Order: sequence, then C-alpha cells, then structure tokens
Amino acid sequence: MMGGSGSTSDSCIEVSGLGKSFGDVTAVDGISFTVRRGELFGFLGPNGAGKTTTINMLTGLARPDRGSLRVGGIDCTRNPKAAQHLIGVVPDESNLYPELNGFDNLCFCGGLYGMRSAERKKRASELLVLFGLEEAGKRRFAEYSRGMKRRLTIAAGIVHRPPVLFLDEPTSGIDVQSARRIRSMLGELHRSGTTVFLTTHYIEEAERMCDRVAFIVGGRIVREDSVARLLHPVMGREVVAVSVAATERIDLGGLAGAFPDYALTVEAGDVLRVESKEPVRVGALVRFLEEQGVQVTEARRKRQSLEDVFVAVTGIGAETMRKEKGGRKGA
Amino acid sequence: MKRLTAFFSILGKDMRAYYFKPPNISWGLLFPVVWAGMFFIKSGGGAENIVSVLPGMVALSILFGTTSMLAVTVTFERKAKAFERLLLAPIPLGMLMLAKTGGAILFGVLNAFIPFLVGLFLADLSGVAWSVALPAIVMLAVVSAFFGLFVSVSVSEVFEAQTFSNFFRFPMIFLCGLFFPISDLPAYLQPLSYLLPLTYGADILHAAIAGKGTMPPGLDFLALFLFGLLLYLLTLRSIHRRWIL
Repeated sequence: MMGGSGSTSDSCIEVSGLGKSFGDVTAVDGISFTVRRGELFGFLGPNGAGKTTTINMLTGLARPDRGSLRVGGIDCTRNPKAAQHLIGVVPDESNLYPELNGFDNLCFCGGLYGMRSAERKKRASELLVLFGLEEAGKRRFAEYSRGMKRRLTIAAGIVHRPPVLFLDEPTSGIDVQSARRIRSMLGELHRSGTTVFLTTHYIEEAERMCDRVAFIVGGRIVREDSVARLLHPVMGREVVAVSVAATERIDLGGLAGAFPDYALTVEAGDVLRVESKEPVRVGALVRFLEEQGVQVTEARRKRQSLEDVFVAVTGIGAETMRKEKGGRKGA
Repeated sequence: MKRLTAFFSILGKDMRAYYFKPPNISWGLLFPVVWAGMFFIKSGGGAENIVSVLPGMVALSILFGTTSMLAVTVTFERKAKAFERLLLAPIPLGMLMLAKTGGAILFGVLNAFIPFLVGLFLADLSGVAWSVALPAIVMLAVVSAFFGLFVSVSVSEVFEAQTFSNFFRFPMIFLCGLFFPISDLPAYLQPLSYLLPLTYGADILHAAIAGKGTMPPGLDFLALFLFGLLLYLLTLRSIHRRWIL
C-alpha cells in the first residue's frame, strides 16, 4: 500500500518547499523535511510556529499555497483522500462524540475507515483494554476525565491500524500518570513499525521518544537532525546552576580569574550558570562566592538536554513554551 | 464497500446521537402542530377542513423535522472539532455530506407521517394519491435537509444556525401556500413565493391530498430537484472554501 511512485524506498513523509499563508500572515514558510518509514519524528516549536498548519496540510484539512507533500508515496495535494487511508490523526483536542460511550466512539471511528462491524467491535474491545479504559467503555465520553479523553482519542486514531500516525500535542494538559501511559503506548507503536509524526512543546518528551526532530519557529525549520546528533555538542559538558541571594554582588571578573576553565553566565532568577568540559569543583566555587559576600542558596548539577539545544538554536526558553500551553499538572 | 460502511456508520451515529431522542422529536413536531392548529381553528374547525390543512401540516413537519437538528448538529460538531474527524476519513466529501443529511431526511419522512396518522382518526383520507404524496414527501425532505446543511455551513455558531434557519422558515409558512393559496397574497409578494422550494413541495401535497394543486406535479418535482441540486452544490462549495482552508 505504501511506497508508491516518486518516493524513495525508506521515506514515508516527504515535504518540499511547503508554504501556507492566511491573509498577510505566513503560517508555514517554504519548509522541507523527510520522515523515514518507521521513524518517530518530533516537530517542535512554540505556539503559532506552524506545527498544526503543517499537520493540517499533511492530513488533508488544509490546502498548501505552494510546495509538495507526499505521504506513503501519495501526493497529498492531488489525492488527499487516498493518502487518508494510510494515516491516523490524533488532534490537539480530544474531539470524540460526548453523547456516545467509549466503545461506540471507537466502533464509529473504525466504521469511518470501512471496518466491518465484527472487526471494529473486536478492535474497540482490544484498544479499551490496551489503554486501560475497559471499565469506562460503557460510559459516555462526556463523563471521562481529561486524561481518559486523551487516551481514548489516541485509541481512536489507531483503531484502523494506520501505518502513519500524526499526533498533535498528545500529552498536553494532562496528568503525569496519563502522560506516562501515553508515552509508553507511543513507544510500543513505534517499535511495532508505525511511522509517528509528533508535535509537542514538551522538549524532554521529544528527547526521550523521538529518533529525529525538527525545530520550527515562525513557519521555518531552523534545525532538523537526529536527537543523538543534536545532543552531541553539548554531551560531555557539565553545567552547574548556582542560585544566589543577589546576583549583582557577583564579581564575574574575579570568578573568571579564579576559575579560568569555566564558562560563566548570570541567568535571570539570580542563577549563576557554570559550564565546563571538566567536572565543576562545586565546593571551591561556593566557598569563593561566600568569601565575596554572596549568599549561595543552592548549587545543582544540570544534565545537558535537548532543551538546551533548542534554546541555543531558537533563542526561545523552554519555560516560555510550557507556559504558552498551560503546562502539565505535577510535571 | 468501505465507503458504504463509512456512510452507514455516520448515518447510524447521527440517528442514535441526535435524531431519535425525545426532545428532538418534540422540537420537530411542536411547531407544525401549533401552526396547523392555528389555521385549523381559523378555518372553522370542522372535520371537512382537516384535509385542507393536512398538506401544510405535513410540509411543515418535514421542514422543521429536517432542519431543526441538522443545522445545529453540524455547527456543534464543527465547533467541537468533531467534524474534523469526518473530514479526515477517506470518504469523498459529497458522500460524507449525503451521510450527514441522510439522518435528517429519514427523520423528516417519519415526521411527515405523524399528521397523516392523526388525520386518519379525524377525517376520510381515502382520496389521498399516495403514488404522488410519497415521492413528494421524500423529495421535500431531501430539499429541506440540504437547506439545513446549507445553513449549517454558512454560520459559525449554534445560535446563528437557529436564527438563520428561522429567518427562512417562518416567512415560508406564510409565503408558500401551505394554509392559504398564494393567489391570496399581495401581488408584490407572489413572485417571492416561487423562489422558495417549499412552495413546490406544498403544491404537490395539496394535489395529492386535497386534489387542489395549482401547477403540474412534473413541474413541482423538477423545481424541487433543481433547488436540491443547487443547495447541495452551494454547500460543497462553501465547505471547500470555508472549512478546508
């Protein structure tokens, strides 16, 4: 079914020069990328970066102004309905039918993809068990908690066993336990060979799950690579965040003279960031600061992460992205 | 085959979720009963008047039965983004919209038989030409459903759907010859009557039930078909322009 004419043997999603504007606003500005078959690809960016518009174009909910896109070798601009056979979509909102129960919602979604009655009933029962919703299967969707709604929405996206799955912010705004469960299920889907296109603003989630990621800002892809390659420059570097009572009292010149191998920066929130290729001597550093009269409240080693790479590449703080989406309770 | 499965899944879901629920049934019947009752009393209230009021009551039952829910549910699903799920399914847009209207058409046809059932107890309906009445009921339900669909894709909010529907539905009660002949209307309003599809549906029903049609049934059916086609095509165009951006 997949890999029609025009696609390379291992590419599943091919996007070239894709652009979309709404009036004077350019939502997506000539982006190009490829997602390989069986890959879990992360699409990261702040609100309004163009993530959802890109997904909408890939899934047939929006028409591109320019560029080309293929899913499973099928030209989505010319034949979106044929491409829709191959894809499952989990939108950023849990949009199942509130008046139907969980089981009927899944059966209905199976029916939309032409599954026969017995087949979709069997599949719906399987998925309810898999997503820990067997008890809730006979309850109306309207009565579900937010985490349960999210799980059922993901189940609805894979009811027809699509080879390609698009997920738009799958764990946004839900509790930690549900998010963990969803990540585990996505991992299983990925291992079973499903190609997953994931948009998220949780960078640590992308780092943990994705093979490759693209950073999109202002409708343009600013970086695209494997997670391992993106992390390579920052791996092996140690970072210590030293929280102090008042950063204005820090004598950065004196500190740099005493610790010439360290890269020192003062961050917002009264934090001194110390970065080094060698292990940071935290005790000596704290003593030096206290001798200067600076009161140290905390010194913490930080693991270098994709978040640091994202901030370095885009200039956008990960905290800003979390705040934009309201964050996750207890995360 | 897969498309048919999808078609019937949408139809079945809509019937269960929206149409066959008591509040909706009453909504589809309440207005026609009230309006017909009003005209019945005004006409003298005799059993002989039932046959003359019945075509209008049937036509209104169809109109309100089909449009009252369809316009609202599509707008509601669109607002809750549930409609995106249908647009993402590998089913052609035309077929999808037929599935969405299918429930309303069926509901409108069933609604049409309630006035007949009531009429059976109160008057002699042996003169009804069912071979004309039945296709007229189906055709009127189809056109009314497409009208409801057109309304639903032309608005963004649920309350707008109701307001927009009523903007057309209530004038049609007076302008389409349901309870008094179009010839009794002021001359300047009469041309307007012929621009409304309900006029042609009501005319066939008057011919089939009371034997008082004013136009040839063939012309009425042709007009209904053309109205239905026009509304369907306008709806598809509107969806392509407004929803698949």
